[in-house]
Amino acid sequence: MSSLVFLIPLALLLGGVALGAFFWSLKSGQYDDLDGAAERILFDDEEERQDDRSRFNKND
Amino acid sequence: MSCCAPGAELAAELGGAPSREEVLLSSRELGGGLMQTDLAVPNMHCGACIRAVEGGLARLPGVEQARVNLSTRRVAVKWRAGTVPPLIETLATLGCPAHLFDTEADKGDPELSRLIRALAVAGFAAMNIMLLSVSVWSGADAETRQAFHWISAALALPALLYSGRIFFRSAWRALRHGRTNMDVPISIGICLAFGLSLYDTVHNGEHAYFDAATTLIFFLLIGRTLDHVMREKARAAVRGLVRLSPRGATVLRGDGGRDYLPVKEIAPDMRILLAAGERVPVDAVVAEGRSEIDCAIATGESVPRHVAPGSALQAGTTNLSGPLVVIATARAEESFLAEMVRLMEAAEGGRARYRRLADRAAQLYSPVVHAAAFLTFLGWMAATGDWHRAIGVAIAVLIITCPCALGLAVPIVQVVAARRLFESGIMVKDGSGLERLAEADMAAFDKTGTLTLGRPRLAGQEGLDPDALALAAALAAHSRHPLSRALAAAGANGRAVPHLSDISEHPGLGLEAKAGRDVYRLGRAGWALDMGGEEGGTVLSRNGQLLAAFTFEDTLRPEAAEAVSALRGRGLRIAILSGDQAETVAAAAGKVGIEDHAGGLLPAQKVARLEALAGEGRKVLMVGDGLNDAPALAAAHVSMAPATAADIGRNAADFVFLHESLSAVPLAVAVAREAGRLVRQNFALAILYNAIALPVAIAGYVTPLVAAIAMSLSSVIVVANALRLRQGRAPKPHRQEKPYRPAEARQTVELPG
Repeated sequence: MSSLVFLIPLALLLGGVALGAFFWSLKSGQYDDLDGAAERILFDDEEERQDDRSRFNKND
Repeated sequence: MSCCAPGAELAAELGGAPSREEVLLSSRELGGGLMQTDLAVPNMHCGACIRAVEGGLARLPGVEQARVNLSTRRVAVKWRAGTVPPLIETLATLGCPAHLFDTEADKGDPELSRLIRALAVAGFAAMNIMLLSVSVWSGADAETRQAFHWISAALALPALLYSGRIFFRSAWRALRHGRTNMDVPISIGICLAFGLSLYDTVHNGEHAYFDAATTLIFFLLIGRTLDHVMREKARAAVRGLVRLSPRGATVLRGDGGRDYLPVKEIAPDMRILLAAGERVPVDAVVAEGRSEIDCAIATGESVPRHVAPGSALQAGTTNLSGPLVVIATARAEESFLAEMVRLMEAAEGGRARYRRLADRAAQLYSPVVHAAAFLTFLGWMAATGDWHRAIGVAIAVLIITCPCALGLAVPIVQVVAARRLFESGIMVKDGSGLERLAEADMAAFDKTGTLTLGRPRLAGQEGLDPDALALAAALAAHSRHPLSRALAAAGANGRAVPHLSDISEHPGLGLEAKAGRDVYRLGRAGWALDMGGEEGGTVLSRNGQLLAAFTFEDTLRPEAAEAVSALRGRGLRIAILSGDQAETVAAAAGKVGIEDHAGGLLPAQKVARLEALAGEGRKVLMVGDGLNDAPALAAAHVSMAPATAADIGRNAADFVFLHESLSAVPLAVAVAREAGRLVRQNFALAILYNAIALPVAIAGYVTPLVAAIAMSLSSVIVVANALRLRQGRAPKPHRQEKPYRPAEARQTVELPG
């Protein structure tokens, strides 16, 4: 019984944190393009960065 | 290049990209000198497309950022105000034809995120409470049970207030209007379950139904969210189609300058420059120039109309061959299009009267259940005199009969059905459309653009001289006129043709070319044969001598006849309601095998016919595409439109099909009918469940554990039954065909110039 006193609030707290994280990710638009996100993960980071850099230089 | 490459050959044809002014008009300012333009790119399929599109656009000067959304097939481009970058042209060369997308039309979906947040809270509460409930059911001692009940109450309260809101609001709205819907018994059940459990918790009671209340909210919200997601997906796909009505037009000022004005600002007596391929923005009269006008989408006429100075033009028609200067005769809100909108609003009576199946079920269901609960209360009062016990049992009756299964019975089936149709390229814009389609006992088709593709094809090819045909095709390849395209497509037979030079196009007349000393003309008979008259018919001539005469017919949609006989096999009566000439209608009707046909109908007459049929008790499915069909689409019991339909027609229709084949219509009917059958089965299952559960509850044997098991079981059975939907399942019953490509479909109606 005594273990429940802190285990249950702890469990609820963790659940609550997860809920908060979900709300945050929803609000920041992470669920707006699920198909796109599935593809983007396969993009080469290196190339992406170079693209960004060249774009940056061009805009300068 | 990307895997969108099949569109590469089309890209060259896509000369009709919107003007810079039009791009500017549909962009919005972000502040800080930045502009945002949203484009729909329907051909994007994969990661390579994302790279190609984003990379290609970002390389353009002035473009700050391009971000693709693959789910909605859209790209948002941010660019520095100043010169408009050639966005659409660039995408066309990448093999991904794009078109402008109205930024205002897409303001995100607040309803969806509200539903998902409510779902998350309900899920969180339900799972935690269930966890605690399991230990209570397995026999926790009184002290632990009490503590767990209090924690459950604390978790259930936010779920009730936050997630339950969605049901309470809808129930309240219905009650305020003196009606009842499925959300009324749901709301009453949830609130009473919570209230009783709280009372028992305060008074150290043994049973609490917090788990039942929250899982109920959770399950029902899943159904509701899926339903919303499916519908929104279909609507977004329809919104992403090419917009056919013009955004603005080039107005000639008195001093010779040009302004690009939005359609709303065009006033009568303004002079408008109308390039070939552009649509007439408002009703107008031709002042200068000769051309041909494609009225297919406005009136249903399949043959282009010749216009010369003095001819009247209807808003929504397309200028085909030569540039025109026209004088506006009406404002946009008084034009042909606006008249159609008014007719539509007047016609939209039958559909508003339709009551959803679930609401009708709720109307029968809630009095029965609430009366049963009340009688249980009276019975227990009389038998025991213990009012707490009596209320407890009465509420248990309400909880166990709370329409979890009933609330899921309709939406789950419709989600599965809509998903099946979506995969076959049929967008379901409204769940009630499926219910109404299942009831349809008659189908009325428009002809031009619906039964046919509105795309001319060379007729009687066998009787023509192959050499003349090859020559005509070689010449026709230089023009974008629909008849030229048909010739070019039909006549490429590999025969040698003389070398053609000095090719020129004469708007409204035809094409001219030289080969050595000979002058070839392809076009209107009067002009090509140098008779100076206005004779119609398309001919090929050499130095004024007739070489060949060509006749054209409208292409039927693939599988039109099969679709018609499939519909007839399902017991639907078939008719054609067309605005085209009676003879053309009769010819098309003969080909697909429809006896009941009417031509030359005005939009209001189509509506009148549908109303007369409705008066006879017929439930008519209207399939149409033109501006002139829009009022009929709104007036019919249920309606369908192809993706090539006019914008307002697409908006008025309950279903929009993206593929060319007409087999979409019988497929939709088949799926709708099977969905209707499954919904009725689900209702039967729900009633059966209640018939078993009700006596147990009235006898007072329901504990929270029994309630949880019974309710979950009934929901699972209903969902499993919905998944049995067979129609439209892969392998698809209709032939696999090319995915719909707006650029390709568009070339028939909108000729890029």
